[in-house]
Amino acid sequence: MSDVASQLTTADGRPLKAALASAQARAKRRAFFLVLPLLLFILITFAVPIGQMLQRSVYNDQFSKSVPALTQWFAENPKGSAPDEAAFTALASDLLLMKETRAAGDAGTRINYVVSGTRSMFTKAARGADKLEPPYMETFLDLDEDWDEPQIWNAMRSAASPWTLDFYTIAFDLERDADGKLQKVDENQRVYFRLYIRTFVLASVITAICLVLAFPIAHLLATLPMAKANLLMILVLLPFWTSLLVRTTSWIVLLQGQGVINSVLVALGIISDDGRIQMIYNQTGTIIAMVHILLPFMVLPLYSVMRVIPVSYTRAARSLGATSWTTFRRIYLPQTIPGIGAGVLLVFILAVGYYITPALVGGADGQLFSNMVQFHMTKANWSMAAALATMLLVGVLVLYWLYDRLIGIDKLKLG
Amino acid sequence: MVGSRDDAFVSFEHVQKSYDGETLVVKDLNLQLAKGEFLTMLGPSGSGKTTCLMMLAGFETATHGEIRLDGKPINQVPPHKRGIGMVFQNYALFPHMTVGENLSFPLEVRGMGKSEREAKIKRALDMVQMGAFANRRPAQMSGGQQQRIALARALVFDPKLVLMDEPLGALDKQLREHMQFEIKHLHESLGITVVYVTHDQGEALTMSDRVAVFNDGRIQQLAPPAELYERPQNSFVAGFIGENNKLAGVIEDIDGDRAVVRLENGEQIDATAVNVKEKGEKTLVSIRPERVEFKPDLIPAGSHTIDAQILEIIYMGDILRARMRVAGNDEFVMKYRNTIDQTQLTPGQHIRIGWNPLDARALDMI
Repeated sequence: MSDVASQLTTADGRPLKAALASAQARAKRRAFFLVLPLLLFILITFAVPIGQMLQRSVYNDQFSKSVPALTQWFAENPKGSAPDEAAFTALASDLLLMKETRAAGDAGTRINYVVSGTRSMFTKAARGADKLEPPYMETFLDLDEDWDEPQIWNAMRSAASPWTLDFYTIAFDLERDADGKLQKVDENQRVYFRLYIRTFVLASVITAICLVLAFPIAHLLATLPMAKANLLMILVLLPFWTSLLVRTTSWIVLLQGQGVINSVLVALGIISDDGRIQMIYNQTGTIIAMVHILLPFMVLPLYSVMRVIPVSYTRAARSLGATSWTTFRRIYLPQTIPGIGAGVLLVFILAVGYYITPALVGGADGQLFSNMVQFHMTKANWSMAAALATMLLVGVLVLYWLYDRLIGIDKLKLG
Repeated sequence: MVGSRDDAFVSFEHVQKSYDGETLVVKDLNLQLAKGEFLTMLGPSGSGKTTCLMMLAGFETATHGEIRLDGKPINQVPPHKRGIGMVFQNYALFPHMTVGENLSFPLEVRGMGKSEREAKIKRALDMVQMGAFANRRPAQMSGGQQQRIALARALVFDPKLVLMDEPLGALDKQLREHMQFEIKHLHESLGITVVYVTHDQGEALTMSDRVAVFNDGRIQQLAPPAELYERPQNSFVAGFIGENNKLAGVIEDIDGDRAVVRLENGEQIDATAVNVKEKGEKTLVSIRPERVEFKPDLIPAGSHTIDAQILEIIYMGDILRARMRVAGNDEFVMKYRNTIDQTQLTPGQHIRIGWNPLDARALDMI
C-alpha cells in the first residue's frame, strides 16, 4: 500500500507527497511563527531553568575550582589511598590559593555538606596558610587531629570533581563510611527521605479528602437548574478569588488554640479550657487549609464530566432493575472516571509541591518537602535544593506515568 | 381490545402532575390499557405525553391520582422494582460497556446465572438481528444498530410492559420506517404491551392499536388509527393528524348528525355534526384534501356544491395537489389521482366542488 502511495504523482508528474508538503509549507510556517513567542517564553522561563536545576543537583564546583594540586594528587593516587606527605603538601598549596581568592569558606562548606563540622577546619587552616611549614602532615595534625580522617579525604576526593552524586546521597539519608561504602545515617538524622514519603502520604490524604468532598458537590452542580448551579459555582470558586494569604489567615483565626472553634467548644462545655484542641501549626492544620485551597481543582474537572452524563443513563439502569446503589457503582461512577482522574492528578501534583500553606500553618510536623527545598535555598545550598526538587519532579513524573498506564492520559478531562 | 376498568393491564386514574405547584402539566388523565396492546401517546412537545410515560416508568411521581400496573397501584414502587422495559430517545446504551455487557446488566442485577444470561442475551440479539455485535462498544455502531441494541436490552429480561420514548427520533427517514415495522413485529410475536411516545403522527398511525392524542395536558382523543384519521372528535385532532382543510361557518340547519353550514361568504355546505349542537353555533368544518371531489358524478346527489378557483397545481407524482380559493380561503387543498385520463385543471379555472357529508366534520371553533 505505502509503496503505491509514495509513487503517486500530481498531474504534472511531481510526487504527490512533495506537492502536498510544498502546498502546506506556507501554512505551516505561518502557524509556527504564531506559536514562536510562546515557544520561546516556555523555553526561557521553564525548560532552561529546569535544565539548570537538574544540572545543579549533580554539578558543584565550590570545592573543585580551588584545589588544582589536590585534584592532581587524587588523580595519581587510587581511591582509598591514605593521605601521605605529598597529599598534605598539595592541600597546603591549595589552601594558600584559597586564602588569596577568599574561597576557603565556600570550599569548606562543600565538604561540610558531606562531613559535618569540617567547614571551620578549612577556614582556620586557610587563614594561616602562608605560615604552614613542612612536614605538612604533622603541621596539619597539630592544627586539627581530624585532618587525616579517611571520611574527610573521601569527601575531598569526591568534591574535587564538580560532577557529583553527593547531594542525592544526602537526600536519600545515606552517607559514606570510612571505606567509602554507602550506609544509612543515624536514625535521628534521617530527615529527607522520611519527609519525602510523608509528603506523598499527606498529598494522598489531602487528595482523598478533596475527592470525597468534591464528588457530591460536583454532582449537585451538574444536576441543579442553571440559576442555582451558578450560585453554587460561585461559592465553589470563591476560594479562587480570595488571596491565599487571607484564606490561610482566616484558618488561623478559626483554628488556633484561642481561636473561634476552640472558644465555641469551650463555651459549650464540650471541651475544658485546658483541653483546647491543637488544630493548627501541625499536620491537621496543613490538611485542613490545603483541602480548602485545592477543593476547586477537584470540583471543576468532576463537574465538567458529570454535566455531560445524560440523566437517561441512570434512568435506563433503574428501569433495567438496578437499585440506586448499583446504578451509581456500575453506571454513574465509571463514567466519571476521566473527571476523577483529572481531579486527583491535578490536586495531588499541586499538593505534593505546595509550599506556602504548610509554611504558614504546618508547624513542625506539617511541613512538606517543598519547605525543605526552600530551606536549602535560603542557605544558598543550591545543589541540595536542586537535588530535592529533582526528587519531587521525578516522583510526580512516576505517578503521571502510572496514571497513564492504569487509566490512560487520553482519558484525562480537565473541563 | 379496550379492557374495562377492572381487568386493565395498565390504568391511569385521575392522574394529575404539576412541577411547580402552579400549572398542571397533566390534567386529570384517565387511561386503560389492555394486555398486549400497542398504545401510542401522540402530541406536540409540552403536551404532557412524556411526563405520563415518566410517571409510568417511575421517574416522576404523580401529584394526584393512581397508576396501576397489573391491578396493583405502583405510585410508591421505585422504578427498579416495576419490571418495565424502557427504550430511550438517545438509546442510553452504557458507553463503558460492550453490547453484551449492556444486555447482561439487567440480568445480572436480577441475580441470574451466567449460562442463563448468555442464552438470553443471544436470543435477544438474534431477535434484532444483531447476534454478531456482542463485543462491540456502542460508540462503534451506527444509530440504527444502537437503536436495535437498546430495543434488545429493554426486552432481554422479558418485561411484560415496554415503554418507548421517541425511540426512532434520531434516525433517518428510511431507517425509521424500517424500524417501525420491526418494532411492530416484535410486539406481535412477543405479545408484550407497549406504550409508545412520539410526536410523529405517521409513526403513530402505522404502529398502534390505539392512539391517544395529547394536547395541553389532556387526551384529546383516544381511538384506533383509522378512526382518528377518519373521524377526529375535535379541531385539534383534525388539525394535528394528517392534512385538513378548514372552513369556518355557522350552523344553518341541524338534524341529528346532519348539518348544513353557512360559510362566511353565504355559500352553504353539507357536514356531519360532531361536537356542535344547535342552530346558529359557530363551527369549523374539516375536510380531508383527498375526499374533496370536483366531478359531478362523484358528489352524492342532492348535496351542496360550492365554487372554487384553482390557484396552483402541484405535481407530486402519484397525485396532484390543487390549491384553490374556496369561500375566501386561499389555502384550500384538493388531492386527486394522477391517471392517464384525468381531467386537466389549470390555474384560474373555476370549478364546483363537493363531498360526501360524512367526510366533512363540523367541529368546535378553536
